[in-house]
Amino acid sequence: MRATSHAFKANAHEALVDATLQRALGVMKSGFQVRRAEAIAKLPEFEALREAGKAIKNHTLENLDFYLEAFEAKVAARGGQVHWCRTPAEARDKVLGICQRLGARTVTKGKSMIAEEIALNDFLEANQIVPVETDLGEYIIQLRHEPPSHIIAPAVHLVKEQVADTFRASHKQLDPARPLADARTLCDEARGVLRQKFLRADVGITGANFLIAETGSSVIVTNEGNGDLTQTLTKAHIVLASLEKVVPTLEDAATILRLLARSATGQEFSTYTTVSTGPRRPEDTDGPGEYHVVLLDNGRSAMLGTEFQDMLRCIRCAACLNHCPVYAAVGGHAYGWVYPGPMGSVLTPTLIGIEEAGHLPNASTFCGRCESVCPMKIPLPKMMRHWREREFEQKLSPAPYRAGLSLWAFLARRPALYHALTGIATRVLGAVGRRRGRFRTLPLASGWTNVRDMPAPEGRSFQSLWAERQRGAQR
Amino acid sequence: MTNGREQILGSIRKSLKRGPVTEARASELRAKLEAHRRNVIPQRAAGLDPAAQVELFIRMAEGVQASVARVKSAAEVPGAVADYLAEKNLPSKLVMTPDPRLDGMPWADRPLLEIRRGRAEDGDLTGITACGAGVAETGTLVLTSGPESPTRNNFLPDHHLVVMRRDQVVASYEDAFDRLRARSKETGGEWIPPRTVNFITGPSRTADIEQKIELGAHGPRRLHIILIDEA
Repeated sequence: MRATSHAFKANAHEALVDATLQRALGVMKSGFQVRRAEAIAKLPEFEALREAGKAIKNHTLENLDFYLEAFEAKVAARGGQVHWCRTPAEARDKVLGICQRLGARTVTKGKSMIAEEIALNDFLEANQIVPVETDLGEYIIQLRHEPPSHIIAPAVHLVKEQVADTFRASHKQLDPARPLADARTLCDEARGVLRQKFLRADVGITGANFLIAETGSSVIVTNEGNGDLTQTLTKAHIVLASLEKVVPTLEDAATILRLLARSATGQEFSTYTTVSTGPRRPEDTDGPGEYHVVLLDNGRSAMLGTEFQDMLRCIRCAACLNHCPVYAAVGGHAYGWVYPGPMGSVLTPTLIGIEEAGHLPNASTFCGRCESVCPMKIPLPKMMRHWREREFEQKLSPAPYRAGLSLWAFLARRPALYHALTGIATRVLGAVGRRRGRFRTLPLASGWTNVRDMPAPEGRSFQSLWAERQRGAQR
Repeated sequence: MTNGREQILGSIRKSLKRGPVTEARASELRAKLEAHRRNVIPQRAAGLDPAAQVELFIRMAEGVQASVARVKSAAEVPGAVADYLAEKNLPSKLVMTPDPRLDGMPWADRPLLEIRRGRAEDGDLTGITACGAGVAETGTLVLTSGPESPTRNNFLPDHHLVVMRRDQVVASYEDAFDRLRARSKETGGEWIPPRTVNFITGPSRTADIEQKIELGAHGPRRLHIILIDEA
């Protein structure tokens, strides 16, 4: 997918005036946040699990080479194969090679963010192989030729009328007069159409929530059961996974699984958690004949040992998206690439460059909710700040912004001058704005005042009030 | 792809500012893998006696829209199946996994039940399977693949009936792993998990359209657990 992250500001402006999108995003806020809070309230050990989960991931990352080699050895012992791919292009070629060798014409796909990252669907189509997304949300957006707008709810930007229109336009074999008024009918139609795809597909591609070093297994988590039909009914199961998905043992995966569904959808446990080990056994009567793990680096090994290493703990639960005021206002497409929201604002510059994605780490108020809800305790605001620093150091930020920052830095290093100037500004603004209590417009701040009023200062700064209070306390 | 492999491993080591892990460190880590130590286990189920764990399992399973029927003995399972089919107004037909755990039940008592033993196919409305364990913590069934239990039978039929004995209920996922490991320990040597282990918590669902939860996305629309109370 071609990134439009450089156009974040324009994308966001469009999103804010898109009434249908705003309606869809409105539904989201009440859903995910409330359900997560309820699920966590029912599990007193949640905090302890967060610490344990973080420790598991940190330990694994410190020994990542060992655990990946251990994983690979077990996959091979079970008759599967691990393919190490440095770049998206290598991963795409590997998948295509397997499909072509098996004479595949159709592949079914479970939801995989790595598949989005490497833009697999376009590549397969260009090579005369038909990819069929089977997660309901992914299927809908595939029909609409759109990228996902959310990492676990890819069609969250749509309302049901749009889905109905999409199905009418795509399922031409069905009666055009059929009713498609509610989610139930839409689900049933997709179920019927996709069931036939599952039965006819040659190769099944899924992502992985975990790779287990102990057993050489991959683990997927779904609610629909689409990932299971994808990997069970086909000649080969291809798993797409990035390096950091590996954990040492099944027990370690169980700990993180207790965090995953609660943080993501607010479920106690997702409907289907599936552990897959190698291809079908000689005595089995079903299951895939081949098992491949396409292991993607794409810059992740270089994140180790840097200020961005903690990002590799991410389990893609989307809690940070679901609690982000910026995401809630503009939706996922505005971010312009595969990973939106706070986790995307940290990860995207690593994967496609700060030159393209520099706006994203700036699209944050640093309110800190993302870090507070992150099950892996990833310090997302701190890492966005690191990106802003890099952007500043590389002189990528716009000139007025740099000039403003330099002026502020000059003043901040001279506290007496700073206090004198801010004191004057506060008094002047306070006096001018006293009558209304707020400003409709301000020079140099139209970007702010176009959409909201600026409250007038009430006369004194926090620091002067604080100083006075301290003096009072001493007396 | 040896080249890609070596480059990725090399890049990891370079970033971590070290060479390959030392033999001493590697044997520590191997021991850690073999020990597969447990982390935090919620007390919700682990703190209960076995009877209370069974009650919790039922409550949790029903909380995610599974239904549970309790019978006294394995001999009553065919009757419970017939009752379910009648109540749901379903044809008296089902596909059954070729599982010795199910074969021992008196299916002949219900001559009207038309049973096909084997793999589920498209169009099978109702299927019945055994299970490996039930996890009380979240009302989760654990089903393993094998010649007697093809994985597709857990997903293709609209109605998935699962037979579980009460002594199969365990507290946690970790307990379920131990049961799986114990089964292969009898044969000796390294533990090889079944090709597929399905942890199933309620019937298939989706909330991809306006966050409204609908059951029966791609897998079963209904999950019905028949719990045998005798040990």
